[in-house]
Order: sequence, then C-alpha cells, then structure tokens
Amino acid sequence: MLNAKIPAGPLDKKWTSYKSTCKLVNPANKRKLEIVVVGTGLAGASAAAALGELGYKVKAFCFQDSPRRAHSIAAQGGINAAKNYQNDGDSVYRLFYDTIKGGDYRAREGNVHRLAEVSGAIIDQCVAQGVPFAREYGGLLSNRSFGGTQVQRTFYAAGQTGQQLLLGAYSALERQVALGNVTMYNRHEMLDVVVVDGKARGIIARDLVSGKLERHFGHAVLLCSGGYGNVFYLSTNAMGSNVTAAWKAHKKGAFFGNPCFTQIHPTCIPVSGDHQSKLTLMSESLRNDGRIWVPKKQNDTRKASDIPEEERDYYLERRYPAFGNLVPRDVASRAAKERCDAGYGVGSSKQAVYLDYADAIKRYGKIEAGKKGLDHASEAEIIALGKEVVKEKYGNLFDMYEKITGENPYETPMRIYPAVHYTMGGLWVDYELMTNVPGLYALGEANFSDHGANRLGASALMQGLADGYFVIPYTLGNYLADDIHTKPLPEDHPAFVEAEKAVADRIQQLMSIKGTKTVESFHKRLGKIMWDKCGMARNAEGLKQAIAEIQQLKKEFWSDVKIPGEINELNPELDKANRVADFIELGELMCIDALNRNESCGGHFREESQTPEGEAQRDDANYMYVAAWEYKGDHQWELHKEVLDYEVVKPSQRSYK
Amino acid sequence: MEHYNMNLNLKVWRQKNAQTQGGFETYQVKNISSEMSFLEMIDVLNEELIAEGKDPIAFDHDCREGICGMCSLYIDGRPHGPWEQNTTCQLHMRAYKDGDTITIEPWRAGAFPVLKDLMVDRSAFDRIIQAGGFISVNTGNAVDANALPIEKDKADASFAAAACIGCGACVAACKNSSAMLFTSAKVTQLALLPQGAPERKSRALNMIAQMDKEGFGACTNTGACEAVCPKGISLTNIARLNQEYLGAALTVN
Ligand SMILES: Cc1cc2nc3c(=O)[nH]c(=O)nc-3n(C[C@H](O)[C@H](O)[C@H](O)COP(=O)(O)OP(=O)(O)OC[C@H]3O[C@@H](n4cnc5c(N)ncnc54)[C@H](O)[C@@H]3O)c2cc1C
Ligand code: SF4
Ligand code: FES
Repeated sequence: MLNAKIPAGPLDKKWTSYKSTCKLVNPANKRKLEIVVVGTGLAGASAAAALGELGYKVKAFCFQDSPRRAHSIAAQGGINAAKNYQNDGDSVYRLFYDTIKGGDYRAREGNVHRLAEVSGAIIDQCVAQGVPFAREYGGLLSNRSFGGTQVQRTFYAAGQTGQQLLLGAYSALERQVALGNVTMYNRHEMLDVVVVDGKARGIIARDLVSGKLERHFGHAVLLCSGGYGNVFYLSTNAMGSNVTAAWKAHKKGAFFGNPCFTQIHPTCIPVSGDHQSKLTLMSESLRNDGRIWVPKKQNDTRKASDIPEEERDYYLERRYPAFGNLVPRDVASRAAKERCDAGYGVGSSKQAVYLDYADAIKRYGKIEAGKKGLDHASEAEIIALGKEVVKEKYGNLFDMYEKITGENPYETPMRIYPAVHYTMGGLWVDYELMTNVPGLYALGEANFSDHGANRLGASALMQGLADGYFVIPYTLGNYLADDIHTKPLPEDHPAFVEAEKAVADRIQQLMSIKGTKTVESFHKRLGKIMWDKCGMARNAEGLKQAIAEIQQLKKEFWSDVKIPGEINELNPELDKANRVADFIELGELMCIDALNRNESCGGHFREESQTPEGEAQRDDANYMYVAAWEYKGDHQWELHKEVLDYEVVKPSQRSYK
Repeated sequence: MEHYNMNLNLKVWRQKNAQTQGGFETYQVKNISSEMSFLEMIDVLNEELIAEGKDPIAFDHDCREGICGMCSLYIDGRPHGPWEQNTTCQLHMRAYKDGDTITIEPWRAGAFPVLKDLMVDRSAFDRIIQAGGFISVNTGNAVDANALPIEKDKADASFAAAACIGCGACVAACKNSSAMLFTSAKVTQLALLPQGAPERKSRALNMIAQMDKEGFGACTNTGACEAVCPKGISLTNIARLNQEYLGAALTVN
C-alpha cells in the first residue's frame, strides 16, 4: 500500500498544522544545500525563485533558449482563486469541492484542499510582482467564469494569462540569477536522474548546443517538466513538450500515477490536413459567451448563416440545462464527438461544431448602447458596439483563429473540435510532492496530484504556482533538514560516471541505427494509435490492439529510425528521437492503465461503462484508487494502489444537468 | 477560404555552427498547401532533406501559436515575414503564390550570434531582464491583491507593454541593432504600476547599461522595430524609457 503521508486532523487544518510542525533548515545550512530544478514553466520558475529567495543554491534547467518560453506561456484563459471578490458565494471549500467533483472523485482531498487554501496568496503574489491582470473601472481586479463552476473566480490578463504569470515568475527567477542564488542552464535537456543509496542526488543533462553531457549534483531534484500530451503527436502543447524527464525518473524507480488520464479540450481549431504539426486551443473562456451548436439536420451542407435559429441544435444547453455551455471539458468534448459521429458535424471534414458569438455580440452591444444612452441604436450600431466589447475580451484569440483559418470569427461562427490538451496523470507524489524516490520531487503538470480524472479550466496555472511558490518551500525543508551533513558528491562519483555512460550509450545506439524512417514519421504513427484507441473513447479490445501495435512500433523504431547529423553538435532531430523513444514506451503504459481501469471517470471514457444516457459511469467499489505503476523492465509494470478516502465529500454520480 | 497548392523556391541561410561561415542554399518545395503554416512548410522540406540523407535546416520554434517568442526568421528582408503584427509561426502559406521565391535568413545582430542555420543566441535579452526587469518582492510578502487599486487605463497600458514576447524582431529590423523597444516595453510595464515605483530609477539605468554592454546599438528613432513587432509594442514606450532614464540620471548625478 502506498502512503501519501497526508497529515492527520480535520481537512481544513491539515496544511496549517503541517506548516507549523514541519522541520526547518536554518539560513546558514540552506546556503550549503544544492537543489536541481528541471523545468522553468510556472511550477519550475516559481520553485526556483522561491527557493533562491530562501537561500538555497539552485540550478535550473530548460530546453528552450530562455526560461520565459516554457509552455506555460501559452495558457490563455485564466487562473482560479477562491478570493470571493465577486461576493457570489465562493469560498475555499467551494473551490475545493468543485475541483474534487470536476475531477470525478479521483483526486486526493488533502492535496486539493491545500491547493484551494493557497490560491488567494498566488494572486496577491502575482500582483505584487507586477502581473497586469484585467481590472474593472474602479481599479479592482476583474473575474470571469470557467467550466464546471457556478461562481466567477477566474483571474485573467486578456487571453494571455499564462504569458503574464510566467513572465512574473521568470522575472522573479532572473532576479535570483542576478543575485547569484540561481544558476540558469538554457538549451539543456535532462536525460537521467542520478540515484545514490536510494536517494536522488543529481542529473545528467545534455547541452543541446554542443551536444556534450554534463553531471549536476543536487541534494534534491525537482522535476517541473510539464505534461506529456504530445504522446498523441497532435495536441495543443508546444512542439517541444515531452515526457523524457518524468520517464527517466520512472525508469529509475519513481511510480507513474494514472498515466491514462488525459484531458481532451472541447474547443480547438480542427485539423486541416496531413501536414498539421500541432493544434491550437481556443480558450475555454470563449464558452462563457459563445454558444455551441450543430444543425438539427444530418449532413447539412448549408452555410452557418443560412441555417435558421429553429434548425440549430444547441446540444449542450439542451442536454445540460444547469451548466449549459459551461459543463466541464470531458463532458463537452464527448458531446461534440457524439454529434459528429452521428453525422451532424460541420465544415468540410464534418469533424467540427460551431462556436457562435452572434448572440454575445448583440447582448454586449445592447449593454454598451444602454451605457452610452443610445436608446434608438440600430441593429448595425449595436453589433458594432458589441464587437468592440468582444474584441477587448477575446481579441487575441479571434485574431489567432483568423490567422490560422483565414475566416473572420466576428462574422461567421468558429469551427471547433476537441483536441488533446493536458495530462492529469504524471509522476506519483505524496502530500509533500515527493515521488517514492526520496529527494526526487515532481511539481506542476509533471505530477499526477490534484485534478483527479479531469482538470477544471484555469486550475493548472493555479496548481503550478501553488506547488512552486507555496508548497515546496515548506515540504523540501522538511526533507533537507535531515540532509544538512551530506557533502556534495564529486562529479567523478561512480554513480555519475555510470549514469552518464548509460545516457551516452543510448545516444550512440540511436545514432548508429541509421535506418530509413524519420523520427517524425514514428511520432505520427504513435499519435494515431493513441488517438484512435486511447483517445476520447476507449474499449478493451482497442486497447489490447494498441498495446500490440505500440510494441511493434518500438521494435521498428529501434531498428529503422534515421537520425541525421552528429552527436556533438546542435542536432534537433537527435533531441526529438530521444523524446519520441520515451513517448513510445509511455504510450504502452497509458494503454495498460486504461485497460486496467475498467470504469469511466472524467476524461477516461471506457465504452463498456456508461449510463443509459451515455454519461461516464464510475465504479467506486472497484476503482476508487490512484493507479501507481512501477517500472519492472521492458514492457513490464507492477500496479500499486493508493486507495482514496473521502472523509468530507460524498462521491456521487456527477451531474451537470 | 479557397485552398490551393504551390511550388516554391527557397533561398535558405545555412551555417554549420557559430565558428564557421555560412551561405545560402537553394531548395525547391512542391505541392505546398495554402493551409499550411510557414514552419510546416519547412517541416516538409526537412523531412525530404532527411530522406535524401542531408542535414535538415535548424530553426527555433516551440509554441507555434505566436506567444512563446521562440521562432524567428528574417523572411524576404522582414523579421517574421510579410504579415502585420504576426510571428513567423503564425504566418500561413496563403501569403504566397505558386512560383514565388522566398529568402530565409536568421536574425542578424552582433548581440545575437548565429548558433546554427537559422538559430541564434538571444540570451542577451535574459541578461537585460536580470539587470532590473523585475519588482523586488520575495514570495509571501504580498498584501491582498485588491488592497492596491490601479486605474484601469494604467493597468491596460501596462498590459499592452507586457505583451512583448521577447522574440528579438525589433533588434533584427533595426539598422543599429538596438534593443530599445524590448527594453522599453519592460520598463514601461513596471513604471506604470505603483508596485514598480520604488525601483523605477535604478531599473531604467541598469537595464540600459546592460543593453549597451551586450553590444546592442543606439536608438535613432527610425521606427523599424515598431513596424515589425508581432505584438504591436509601440514607439511611445521608447519615449517613456528615455524620460525614465533622463529623470533617473539627473537625480543620480
Ligand atoms: C494552449 C494551452 C492553454 C492553456 N490554458 C490554461 C489556462 O488558461 N489556465 C490554466 O490553468 N491552465 C491552462 N493550460 C494548462 C497549463 O498551461 C499547463 O498545465 C501548465 O502551464 C504547466 O506548467 P508546468 O510548469 O508544469 O510545465 P511547463 O510550462 O510545460 O514547463 C515545462 C518546463 O520543463 C522544461 N523541460 C521539460 N523537459 C525537460 C528536460 N528533459 N530537461 C530540461 N528541461 C525540461 C521545459 O523547458 C519547461 O521549462 C493551458 C495549456 C495549453 C496547452
Ligand atoms: S518588442 Fe516586439 S519585436 Fe521586440 S522582442 Fe518584444 S515582441 Fe519582439
Ligand atoms: S513558436 Fe512560439 S511564438 Fe512562434
């Protein structure tokens, strides 16, 4: 049985009592302790900055040319916090409850409550750093609503919230670099964890410009390396997002939690052809004001504007009157797929539904006309005013849509379709964010912790910053307090030598295959297997086939991949080959996990397990656990279960009707 | 949108590494769909190059949606290509027609050395931020976010300056390779907010000093930077930086 080390006591006192009783490291000793932070997205940059401020010696790594470019930069819609500034009934408990329910009762109560507790401090910290959140005319912060909730608790900076939050964390990080507390390694990729006497003691990293391998000691190693949605090839993740750091840790003993829990986001720009390299999200915030519909008639080929109101099916509003267009993502995605599979899809591919702003433009236009005292404004004037409001709220998203599709979303409804977006699964961590390997931590999207089987919108940014700014500074001290006498290991320590050799050998092996197929072609094939058989809907037979196909793909990859160039130079194809090799292995584990979990919950939809209305049917009697997988060797894993105890919330069939 | 396919000639800068000299190579690409992005077009070419046993073209990119600032490329004499307020990764092939020749180069600036082909080293930008592009507030020190109301127009203007993605197009467009637009955007963002006030003077002085140290040129107000900036960062930011700098220099002297 896995022990999550959740503190005893009532739910709302756990974190307070942990903080007041955990061990501390005094300032003089902090200076002697070295921390390796892999990744400088929201989780990594905030952790590195906060730990640098405390006086630890931090080394931070990212594979981009600057920490400011981590994938967090692309987050659009917003960040949640239980501030209740809108006086609409929000509270720490409600944010906690919404997150547990949204996650379909597959998250840990203790962690989620802590997340809700620290959420307010995140907003305070970001504002103090100069993050320019959207404000009202009175000068106070503005909020919007997001899916799966009935309050307005989402803080935002137009459609660039992730950018602004990351730039805040980045500037805090660069300040620590200037002060000498953090050393930053850009264009570096961590390729292994070094474990000595069962404890994480450093990493092997590759300088992506020179191709050289480097050894870096750390009293502790923090993996903040993001999610693995790119296992599907096409996703909304940045091109470089990968699983390598987490996967290496997994192969060194860290358990992988709930790998099959993937979030398919309902509102993305549909695939336009085989050349497609990635998919683009249209923020969930658009569902605040936009209405989603398809024609009532199958295979309707009319233009959207030619389909009269009474022939449109606003299927989310019809099926889920209480939440309407704001149902959680998993529900909205499946509903879109259901309509398209039944022949109601739109656009040339028929794999799309409409997201329509016409009503919102009119509604906002009328409000503006009212504010301006224009009692007799014409329809055209109202529309013009409304477009201005929509532009202020969502302008950059609308521009992005137009650049990609060549269509003007102010005039015609957007075409959208679900796409892979986020991975709730990740390295298993306990309450302290430590994996089962002592001294090895995972933060942000890289861990499995807080979102259960489905993440609510605007909660990933919250979690990344909670982990980095407010959780790890305490929990890491609790571990390091017992480690103050450990001297840094010399670089020629046998553990480093051995780990580096293993990495070098693998790179050598990859380069010497000299096969006939490109890395990209393997990645695409893996993505197709995953999307078809471990995507929005899964069944036992398909998953078994997928496992066999992936095993075959792996063989082929290791005998026929073609990587140009040399090892000791800047070689993006080699970087990619390293990552795709890991994705292939992860893909197999995801299918194994999906096969094992013979229930539907959140984003994991097993066709065998649905209610008569086609909603996800959980099986709490048999699956109310976190599946934590231990790597045992090629194609072999052992399942460990962390049983979830719900002390406060009573799990029930999720209903958004 | 009508879709069409096209054949193109590409003149691409190839350079093995920072130590070697580079030069142009010409490539033909066929059947490029008008729906592809510019970088997807290069992906297609790279797949062909690999199949032919040649070295693919190295270029920087990550988000491919215009926000990370990683992509670059000087396309037909213009950073980020022909579209207004756009990044290279958002440029789509419907900007071109069958038979076009496109010249693709890296950013050219002494402070941005070429690493390989179309990739350059922009770490000088990080060092400018290290010199003062922050508010010195340790984690946990903050007051309640709404304890400090900020006029909406100031907050909006601060946000507009904060939209800079740090791509470096402004430097690439400038005949002096000046980094003033980039630097002024950060200074403006923080100068417009009350939180940024205590460090206003040292920030402007230190960031400008670092800019000079990195070898970026002086600003002669030509406005080439503003014209190519993908995020619409305006020249008024430079005016503000000059004001901040003068004000600070006067009091310090
Ligand atoms: C398009 C989009 C929009 C989103 N919008 C929202 C939103 O509005 N609200 C919300 O809450 N969430 C949103 N999300 C989710 C959220 O952005 C992410 O979950 C979150 O930013 C992840 O942060 P992170 O710090 O864990 O990882 P990332 O930001 O992905 O950072 C990973 C870091 O790890 C580094 N790294 C990875 N592997 C290695 C390695 N092997 N060696 C060295 N470095 C490595 C990278 O260089 C990078 O610095 C969105 C996601 C997407 C894709
Ligand atoms: S000012 Fe504009 S061009 Fe310059 S780095 Fe910022 S976004 Fe790029
Ligand atoms: S790749 Fe991120 S801005 Fe172009």
